[in-house]
Amino acid sequence: MAILQTQINPRSETFQANEAAMRHEVMKLRELTAAISQGGGEKARARHESRGKLFVRDRIDHLIDEGSPFLEFSALAAHEVYDDAVPAASIVTGIGRVSGVECVIVANDATVKGGTYYPLTVKKHLRAQEIARKHRLPCLYLVDSGGAFLPRQDEVFPDRDHFGRIFYNQATLSAEGIPQIAVVMGSCTAGGAYVPAMADESIIVKQQGTIFLGGPPLVKAATGESISAEDLGGADVHAKVSGVADHYAENDAHALQLARGCVSRLNWQKRGRLAMQAPTPPRLDPAELYGIVGTDLKKPYDVREVIGRIVDDSDFDEFKRYYGDTLVTGFAHIHGFPVGIVANNGVLFSESAVKGAHFIELCAQRKIPLVFLQNITGFMVGSKYEHEGIAKHGAKLVTAVACARVPKFTVLIGGSFGAGNYGMCGRAYEPNLLFMWPNARISVMGGEQAAGVLAQVKREQIERDGREWSKEEEEAFKQPTREQYEHQGHPYYASARLWDDGVIDPAQTRDVLGLSLAAAMNAEVQETKFGVFRM
Amino acid sequence: MTKFDTLLVANRGEIACRVMRTARAMGLRTIAVYSDADANARHVREADEAVRLGPAAARESYLNIAAVIEAARRTGAGAIHPGYGFLSENGAFVEALDQAGIVFVGPPASAIAAMGDKSAAKARMAHAGVPLVPGYHGDDQDDALLKAEADKIGYPVLLKASAGGGGKGMRVVESDAGFQAALDGCRRESQAAFGDQRMLIEKYLTQPRHVEVQVFCDAHGNGVYLFERDCSVQRRHQKVLEEAPAPGMTAELRRDMGEAAVRAAQEIGYVGAGTVEFLLDADSSFYFMEMNTRLQVEHPVTEMITGQDLVEWQLRVAMGEPLPLAQDELTITGHSFEARLYAEDPEQDFLPATGTLTHFAMDLEGAGLSSFEKGRARVRLDSGVESGDVVSMHYDPMLAKLIVHGDDRDQALATLNRALAALDVQGVITNRAFLQRLATHPAFKNAELDTRFIERHEATLFAPRRYSIEEYAGAALIGLSQLARECESDSPWDRHDGFRLNAPHTIRIALCDPAHAQDPDDSDAVVVVEGRRERGTDTTWHLVIGGETLTASLQHLEGDAVAVTLNGHRRRLQARRDGHVVVMVDPRGETRLFWRRIDAIDHGHHEAESTLTAPMHGTVVALLVEPGQRVEKGMPLMVMEAMKMEHTMTAPADGHVENFHFQGGDTVGQGDVLLEFAADESPQG
Repeated sequence: MAILQTQINPRSETFQANEAAMRHEVMKLRELTAAISQGGGEKARARHESRGKLFVRDRIDHLIDEGSPFLEFSALAAHEVYDDAVPAASIVTGIGRVSGVECVIVANDATVKGGTYYPLTVKKHLRAQEIARKHRLPCLYLVDSGGAFLPRQDEVFPDRDHFGRIFYNQATLSAEGIPQIAVVMGSCTAGGAYVPAMADESIIVKQQGTIFLGGPPLVKAATGESISAEDLGGADVHAKVSGVADHYAENDAHALQLARGCVSRLNWQKRGRLAMQAPTPPRLDPAELYGIVGTDLKKPYDVREVIGRIVDDSDFDEFKRYYGDTLVTGFAHIHGFPVGIVANNGVLFSESAVKGAHFIELCAQRKIPLVFLQNITGFMVGSKYEHEGIAKHGAKLVTAVACARVPKFTVLIGGSFGAGNYGMCGRAYEPNLLFMWPNARISVMGGEQAAGVLAQVKREQIERDGREWSKEEEEAFKQPTREQYEHQGHPYYASARLWDDGVIDPAQTRDVLGLSLAAAMNAEVQETKFGVFRM
Repeated sequence: MTKFDTLLVANRGEIACRVMRTARAMGLRTIAVYSDADANARHVREADEAVRLGPAAARESYLNIAAVIEAARRTGAGAIHPGYGFLSENGAFVEALDQAGIVFVGPPASAIAAMGDKSAAKARMAHAGVPLVPGYHGDDQDDALLKAEADKIGYPVLLKASAGGGGKGMRVVESDAGFQAALDGCRRESQAAFGDQRMLIEKYLTQPRHVEVQVFCDAHGNGVYLFERDCSVQRRHQKVLEEAPAPGMTAELRRDMGEAAVRAAQEIGYVGAGTVEFLLDADSSFYFMEMNTRLQVEHPVTEMITGQDLVEWQLRVAMGEPLPLAQDELTITGHSFEARLYAEDPEQDFLPATGTLTHFAMDLEGAGLSSFEKGRARVRLDSGVESGDVVSMHYDPMLAKLIVHGDDRDQALATLNRALAALDVQGVITNRAFLQRLATHPAFKNAELDTRFIERHEATLFAPRRYSIEEYAGAALIGLSQLARECESDSPWDRHDGFRLNAPHTIRIALCDPAHAQDPDDSDAVVVVEGRRERGTDTTWHLVIGGETLTASLQHLEGDAVAVTLNGHRRRLQARRDGHVVVMVDPRGETRLFWRRIDAIDHGHHEAESTLTAPMHGTVVALLVEPGQRVEKGMPLMVMEAMKMEHTMTAPADGHVENFHFQGGDTVGQGDVLLEFAADESPQG
């Protein structure tokens, strides 16, 4: 037992200011999420509803167990990316519990551009499948899509991680014993037809779902045959004639009930085994995270104040408390699951990097999942540090992070800059899931530093030419860089491009991690084999 | 009269158990009899010995005189107690016992016969000076004479067809002005219905109470009355709540009625326990109705106020002993109520219910009641069933009687309400909540009693239930927690807290009266669960109901008991989730709310369209359509009978019956598929 004590004074001015700033960010996030959840707007919703179809999120509510959580991924996908608004990239993905089994749900939103696949739609669909593979979660596809968004076919169709990869994944996931279930609740045209066709089991809704390689217009053009969509590839065709669908549903709700039935017959068993504890809420109040963290990345705070508001009973057994103390490492439980926590508490030095590598080795050896709380400006620079070999020490941390095969979860709770991102299990290091807080920023380096570096290069050029560069000119030169970094480092910008799995309310971090850990335990925790550590 | 050491109880259910309890206490060996349906019933389990009578049908078992006598012979029973119902007022049975030399615990056959013929009985009562409802039963049907008789009786009067029944040819005449018109109308109706125009006239009692007197006579010419019971709260002549003494009695009236009752019994040479039923008018006049020549269902309220065991009295009298006490040794102490617990659904016209009693218990301690107080039983549960027993279609649906005692009427009533709340019956629908509504009704509390009590208060007793915000909130929390408890898992996925990212934890729960559960458009209340906050071991929820926000928490106590705290107001109640229905019980009554997720539709709907199932055990009476015949939604397809009531299966949609699984006369079990129905294809857009 090592119960964390808080040093926070919730009545202090700093706390109050932090709290207000973070609350503002969270409210913005909630408002944006709520707006996105409305899909393609009033007109499209009315049309959708008039066809007797349920909205995509209502479909998910019907599908999952009564009152159970839904952990949605990347709701901000495609936010302000394309000329047109494509809320949630016209596809809702997440983990939900169906008939007692955690499943990845991939559901088209036909109210957004007819559910067509923009490049980011494809990316989001593939990411959901990747999550399913990593966590060994059955996949449920609620299909209602017009297929690829044709004007952008070059960004959707040809490459490895484009449309075709969806079906590649279906085949290879199924091969790994991860069930693939499709519910056809609308169009499944052309490539889309392969979603139900590639599924282990498929369900189709009467007079609503259609599956065909070529729709009526294409058929007419190609062969002159005039035929209705229903007669070409409706439920009656596929459930009674072609055998493309296995189950015949009367309506959306019935189809989802059938899908629940399919999942209940999977004989599903979780494979992950951890020494669990009874879950206990933190002693410290998670709601205080707002006031502790705030939104100003330059204001330091002790990361243990964050840990104490995430872990069970605020109980944190710290490892190497007094060595390399800019990186905090230790053992705790989240919702009863044992975890190893790696959290930044300042810039990374050689000692902190080595300590981190050591701790990750411990967790990999003991098969304890890792949680990275990332708030890092980078590794320390300067001759002293280069000479003592901070590069090779940093490399040890990066090697450990990259090779560890235990479930890894990363939360960007502040800055994520440069090589710090690598050492703290950034996206490239394949954490099972990666989330950002709304105050976080991500870029190769800070905007100020980048502007400074660029200005330094520029100044050298100008001075080589024997010209003058005034402070004002330099400032004017730096400003766009700062602005660009601020814009591109913003969590919404990152999340819109699927650099993460979602921006989350800090107060929900504990629950998000608990749900993620529980889902990850569907897969066996793997043995780790580390690469060569440069000594 | 002879002594006997072995008693056979020719009955079942609670009364068999109750009689055997006293018999055992008196040192008698007890013999039960049973039908196939009751082979493992409680009265069989409790008896020293038990003998099978025959198949489930009563006429082949409990009404089978030869089989009962044979059972007595096989077991050496010297006496038979008939209980109530079945053979208890059957003269032929008593005569057969006399011939077999077995003591009948009850009156002689002659007394049964004397009271069995209603009109002859009235003549003898008139002879004994027992008051009868004034009336005219003559053959002379002259208009003027009838009018004169009506005037003599005094208005209002009731005009009734002599051949009548079922309310046809029957009218209340309020004054002499309307007499002729009513007479003409009644005659027309009577002619049409019965082919007979003869009328009789009786005084119409506007607010009669059913007050009955318990009498006891021995074979030595002694007779006493053990005071009266008020059984006015009835539905369709079925008593529901009884009490003793009757409210508002004067000592004089009590004596007058008691003595009249003893005169009535002695007029016919009565021996044993009997009940003389009177109608008591608002002006304190009372009129003989009939005499029940047996122990009554409601005898325990008399036992509670007199401190006597009436079954013991019966057995002693049957053994030839004199009455244990004389009239001046009998006194009334306090007040007693009896509530009859039936397996029936008051919301569906008291449709009898069947099934397995998964749970049947009364938690007196939890309700803050001790069963004994001041040396006298305060709460008594006379029951013929236990947890696990099956309630079948074959017999009377009464499961148990809850009897309470208090120092006065108010205290006894308060105890009744607490005890009703402590009664936990699961698996079979009962009238428990209806009893609670009756017993908490202001008019009942004020003892505003008459035989039309239930009819008169129908509007309030059966009003569409209005629920408070607290009830909705409690039901929402209880339902959620039951979901979580069913999972028995610590996984955050099992918390049923409606977690959503970057949004309020929203669960929308629609709650409605279970009676309207199949009608989703009905104005359900929507409980929105907006948030959940966990600190230490406390979990608080934020609920929004109709624009009001509540902070709520739930604590599980022992068993089904929970404490629900809403905005700082903590209430203890019994709660559980029975399928889709959340049931909450506290001393103020029972709340049942049907739980429907706002997004959930009736997933059974699809199947219900193609099949119709039997709502309960019963017999098919008639098939009303031909297979293949086109029917419209709501048209009757088939009639079945169960528990003497008819149930009609109607078309769930436009379409046709594909085929019937049963024919007229077939027996069907609850849940059996009765027919296959094909609905017309409905065009969908």
